[in-house]
Amino acid sequence: MKIGHRRRFRRLGLILAALTASTLILAGCGGSGGSGSANDSGGTKASPQALDAALKKGGTITYWTWTPSAEAQVKAFMVEYPNVKVNLVNAGTGNDHYTKLQNAIKAGSGAPDVAQIEYQALPQYALPGYLVDLRQYGLDSLESDYTPSTWRAVHVGDGLYGLPQDSGPMAMFYDKTVFDKYHIDVPKTWDEYTAAAKKLHAADPKEYITNDSGDPGFTTSMIWQAGGKPFTTDGKKVTINLQDEGSKKWTAVWNPLVQQGLVSQIPGWSDEWFKGLANGTIATMIYGAWMPGVFESSAPGGSGNWRVAPMPTYDGQPATAENGGSTESVIKQSKNPALAAAFVRWLNNGNGIKPFLEKGGFPATVKDLKDPSFVNKPDPYFGGQQVNQVLTAAADSVVPGWSYLPFELYANTIYGDTAGKAYQAKSDLNGGLQAWQDALVKYGNQQGFEVNK
Amino acid sequence: MSSAVQAVSHRRWWSNRDLRGWSFVAPFLAVFALVFLAPIGYAIYLSLYREQAFFGGKTFVGFGNYTDVFSDGKFWEGAVRVLLFLAVQVPIMLGLALAAALAIDSGRLRAPRVFRLVIFLPYAVPGVVAVLMWGYLYGTSFGLAADINHLLGTALQPLSGRWVLTSIVNIVTWEFVGYNMLIFYSALRTVPEDLYEAAALDGAGALRTVFSIKIPALRGAIVIATIFSIIGSFQLFNEPNILRNLVPNVINTNYTPNMYAYNLSFGGQQYNYSATVAIVMGVLTAIIAYVVQLRGSRDAL
Repeated sequence: MKIGHRRRFRRLGLILAALTASTLILAGCGGSGGSGSANDSGGTKASPQALDAALKKGGTITYWTWTPSAEAQVKAFMVEYPNVKVNLVNAGTGNDHYTKLQNAIKAGSGAPDVAQIEYQALPQYALPGYLVDLRQYGLDSLESDYTPSTWRAVHVGDGLYGLPQDSGPMAMFYDKTVFDKYHIDVPKTWDEYTAAAKKLHAADPKEYITNDSGDPGFTTSMIWQAGGKPFTTDGKKVTINLQDEGSKKWTAVWNPLVQQGLVSQIPGWSDEWFKGLANGTIATMIYGAWMPGVFESSAPGGSGNWRVAPMPTYDGQPATAENGGSTESVIKQSKNPALAAAFVRWLNNGNGIKPFLEKGGFPATVKDLKDPSFVNKPDPYFGGQQVNQVLTAAADSVVPGWSYLPFELYANTIYGDTAGKAYQAKSDLNGGLQAWQDALVKYGNQQGFEVNK
Repeated sequence: MSSAVQAVSHRRWWSNRDLRGWSFVAPFLAVFALVFLAPIGYAIYLSLYREQAFFGGKTFVGFGNYTDVFSDGKFWEGAVRVLLFLAVQVPIMLGLALAAALAIDSGRLRAPRVFRLVIFLPYAVPGVVAVLMWGYLYGTSFGLAADINHLLGTALQPLSGRWVLTSIVNIVTWEFVGYNMLIFYSALRTVPEDLYEAAALDGAGALRTVFSIKIPALRGAIVIATIFSIIGSFQLFNEPNILRNLVPNVINTNYTPNMYAYNLSFGGQQYNYSATVAIVMGVLTAIIAYVVQLRGSRDAL
């Protein structure tokens, strides 16, 4: 969930792991291919009663996650179900976690029963058949409990591969002191946003409206908001079109900002970035609803300065996208998938939600998003603003129909190699996106998909 | 009959000498095979196949991956970069290390131990921490570079596309001068005193002693240090990989061959191709190190 901490620390961990990488580790992960012997969702169809029975019977399961509330959740679960023992493992954040998970699945043993997987990474695990389709336990009946965008995010094809843990509808976080100082109105459209960027940078060349040195998660979310659907997957057939109408709509706004040097090139999640957030160098951040937690923990110096407003749009009508968010999935290697599924149901549809919210999580469940005690809670970091009013409203205006690439994690790693060059050279982002697309098409075809064929 | 006797005596001969010897070597051999030969063998095995990450089809491709590597522009971009790094960084680093070792050995320094310790200290800083620290110093928004630019009106951009390799050279040199100095210094300590005495009697000055006695005596150590440095250069990974956090658009995933192999396997699940890159790079390193060793020892004769 809090994607924030992920980027900052993930490479450090990667590096430690990689010190010994070379052939030794390479040798370890080629392993037996495929997903093991567990059969597909076919066969006997169990029911929600089967989950209750599994809970009653008890057993031991392992859960890999980096969710901050996980410890409290597991503790509460084991109090409620003393028969069940949950081994909680923090296998790293983001990519660290995925590398280990991928290796354990490939090796055929050592994978957890339940693992946290971000929405953007879900297809990468679901398509090769690594995850249990939860429809066999009747969990598809829970649809009405979740927001439409998160419910869609836990599906790959028709399969249901997890229950939504949290959501990240985007909003605009802005430094009110900077806006007040230069008498700039809070922008409601992208045109106003661009005008604000110019006015601010002209008033003080050290100040920037925001930073963007090329962040694939931000790019895809921005294309999402603009109505683009660059990635479509149908079984083996994948279509990639990063020059569709929505993509071009976004680059038309973002190109001038990058080319005229109106956005800072400070990379996100770096020390410089946190400083910039705290001292007013970066005036707005357009990110998911998990951002308040990042502000509080990593930019305490900006406390009181920041506020939340809806994300600017193209026509002034509310429209937003999801940015980040995770699900918990049952890994096929699990020896006790019914118990694992029951645990997932408890975590994201039962009593697990309460400890999650207490640690500052942003829910995906409609009931909690409408709960007045959540919606109206004032946030001292944001000068007492009831930030959740803005954020929960954003959850209702997510543009429908988005899907990620089935190899989104890989796509993210090569964004800097391709599209990133355009930020660097302050050249046309469309060319950068095209280079990204070309690399992705080539990779997809090598890896068994039929891309753009 | 006689052949049976011969066989018995042969077996006895075998058991008496070889077997006993082998039993002493066996523990080493077992571990060596397990942790060294087996992974390399497995990597070679991997490199002969191609497996798709999705809808997993695994096919035998023979040397297909190798021909791909040889025509892979991304691989050569990284390989040429580490060669350039090697050609520039290693002479600078070893030159500085040699000068420092000779200075300490000259006995003319006021506090040679402090001097030695201070030069060696960076090597004791964990590599990851060192790079994080330098990354901060190089920062042009809030780091030292920013302060210098602000103070002197310069426009230093240590992490720009043009300068980042130089900045990495600087970090690696800072880290490893002390280590190489120690190798040279300990080699110098083994030079017998009477050689110096004889040289002094022959009227050799300090400089003459350096060039005629000390440096020839160091030849073996220089060859060893060079080989270590070559291997280290080819394995360049830590520094660019950490700095990539700060300048993701300048440092590509294939900035060095090791980074390329790493990202292929952990980012793209292309284990087979990654293993091939690792093997090709290993062979290249071995060849160059061997040539240097050959030349070095021939010169020594």
